[in-house]
Amino acid sequence: MRNPNKELNMLKNKHLLGLKEYPAKDLQTIIDTAYNFKTVLNRPIKKVPSLQGVTIVNLFFENSTRTKISFELAQKRLSADTVNFSASSSSLKKGESFKDTAQNIEAMKIDAVVMRHPTPGAADHLTNFIDSVVINAGDGTHEHPTQAILDMMSLHEKFGKLKGLKVAIVGDILHSRVALSNIYGLITMGAEVMLCGPSNLVPIHLKELGVKISYEINETLEWADAVNVLRIQRERMGKSLVPSIREYRQMFGITSKKLSVHKKEIVIMHPGPMNRGVEIDGDVADGDQAIILDQVLNGVASRMSILFLLCGGKNSDGEN
Amino acid sequence: MSIKKLNSRVALQNGSLLDPCSGKIYFGDILIEDGRISQIGKISFEGEVEKIDCTGKVVTHGFCDLHVHFREPGREDKETLETGTIAALAGGFTRVCVMPNTNPPLDTPEAISSVAKKAENLPVYIHPIGAITKNQSGDDITEMGLMKREGAVAFSDDGLPVQDGSMMRTALEYSNLVQLPIINHAEDECLRSNGLMNDGVVSSQLGLDGNLDLAESIMIHRDLELASYTKARLHIPHVSSSKSLEHIRNVKLRNQKITAEVTPHHLYFNEEALRDFNTNLKVAPPIRTEADRMSLINAVKDGTIDCIATDHAPHTIEDKETTFDLASFGMIGLESCFGAVNKVLIKENGMSLLEVIKLLTTKPRTIMGFENDLFKIGAEVELTVLDPDLEYVFKKENIKSRSINSPYLGETMIGKINYTISKNMVYKDVGSINK
Repeated sequence: MRNPNKELNMLKNKHLLGLKEYPAKDLQTIIDTAYNFKTVLNRPIKKVPSLQGVTIVNLFFENSTRTKISFELAQKRLSADTVNFSASSSSLKKGESFKDTAQNIEAMKIDAVVMRHPTPGAADHLTNFIDSVVINAGDGTHEHPTQAILDMMSLHEKFGKLKGLKVAIVGDILHSRVALSNIYGLITMGAEVMLCGPSNLVPIHLKELGVKISYEINETLEWADAVNVLRIQRERMGKSLVPSIREYRQMFGITSKKLSVHKKEIVIMHPGPMNRGVEIDGDVADGDQAIILDQVLNGVASRMSILFLLCGGKNSDGEN
Repeated sequence: MSIKKLNSRVALQNGSLLDPCSGKIYFGDILIEDGRISQIGKISFEGEVEKIDCTGKVVTHGFCDLHVHFREPGREDKETLETGTIAALAGGFTRVCVMPNTNPPLDTPEAISSVAKKAENLPVYIHPIGAITKNQSGDDITEMGLMKREGAVAFSDDGLPVQDGSMMRTALEYSNLVQLPIINHAEDECLRSNGLMNDGVVSSQLGLDGNLDLAESIMIHRDLELASYTKARLHIPHVSSSKSLEHIRNVKLRNQKITAEVTPHHLYFNEEALRDFNTNLKVAPPIRTEADRMSLINAVKDGTIDCIATDHAPHTIEDKETTFDLASFGMIGLESCFGAVNKVLIKENGMSLLEVIKLLTTKPRTIMGFENDLFKIGAEVELTVLDPDLEYVFKKENIKSRSINSPYLGETMIGKINYTISKNMVYKDVGSINK
């Protein structure tokens, strides 16, 4: 099953750095292909030889649990060879430069790099130094395109469409790469987006991207078909930007009480890891409305799709 | 590129002579004898004379930049007084003021004297600016009196804003003793926080921490009020935002001692240019919005801004070829200055060549108290010959600095320096002259 369908392998961009100006057609291709891979994941033998002989390096300059596991699983399910490299961001500042790390790894003949890095623009920067395919697994507070794609796949799976869908993103938008990539992707796919959170954590400038902004959770829930609940990342905040957990929970936390006011089913998403009892209550996260675990499985399928579409299609000579 | 000693008799022939001091523009020649102007106007030459053909070119005063970083002592890998001098000549500058944020900083009379002595034999006039506070720490004022005696022409903790208002007050009051300008890098550090670029539409889309224009304008407002209260001379460097201009414009109505500069890059670029994370555009204060850029251009036109200064800030490749958060702030700017401001102010915004040349010559010299009548008979030669219409793409070969951190690489510039003549030396831009 090596590149069975040439037409699939037709993404416009060589890399996946972010979803800003990413073609709608390609997003749809990725989602459609992800459905195919999801059927693979539901088989007893969950492995296909699509990326046999392809070497992928997971370059993680920042801690990550689920994104890293999700990528690794996706690579293993596709029969790619994978290598993991982890470094704390503090060691970057003293030791080897980013450029040297990148060039050294590429010199070992690899085909693609999946990178997580604390600095916005790091994935773009990497493409200046190496020829391999670069997949951004999160660059600081800039973008996290694969997360947004798996979120969109999950919405698509639930609703059967993205166009016209009303999606609210709730929480710390300012420090969220998940929010920014979701905004770009959802708007491109014709969905409507509303941002909701404490007024100091929702950059007013994002209105220019065509999103709605609200500081009122009830108004947001009334409007939304689905709510993507972001983790309150206290470790990201240099200063106390939220006065207290109890104030945040009361004003923005997704609780069954807040949901019950609205006479409709609102689909609940969360990119994880969750702070139960802070931005989302446990009973909501575990309830029927939540598709949080579907997101996790779709994450593996989406990443298989992305890896396959970007790295697949090499013939035995290694030529494209 | 070449620099050589000037022959004892040199004639600049058939140029358009533009004298920003008198405001006159006329065709003619200039005869230089033993490094001084001996005749100007229509000259019939006799005897042995080296002729430089200036047909179709403009001959004017050598430019003066009151804000450069030559990194000596301490970071000679980025720039030295000598390499900086060549960059200055390539940009048409015959006189520059070097900022004191070296390592160690120029915060003592001895340090000032050391730079002044080293610069004596270089082909450009180099004036050291002393630090406002010892070690630029913001705690204690420096020996301004003694530093002036050794050649300091102004005081600045550039790069490190004087945060403490009472320290700034003390510095301004004390500077009245020496009657030299205080130049404060105006940014409120608390408000700036970890800002990497202008806080706005682009920063929120790139996920980069923003630096609000208010961080600058609030500090400028404080400095303006303190300067007016103390009756001291305040020069405001690299103004970047509309909000700051409002304050400067208002206070200038009642206080003629205030002066302000703008850099070519704040006139040339806007924040959209940072979308591809080009670290060469990471500067302090940051490149701001198109509206800010247009306000700066208008402020140059209406005189709110007094002069242009490059803030030439060399950095190694390693300092810039890294991720955006780790990259150093600053860009080089001497070589690209005229091509950039000529393009923006004259070609795109209708200013006259005379007005723009003033921003690079008489205006900065007046702020610093330097001699301005450079076309008078007997004046030590400080001349620039330029072609205001030459279009070219700015390339690495146009850079003479030891560092190459320029965002103008690949940009189409209009206007180029052909010759710079200073201290009895002549710099010749071979590329443009052979065209």
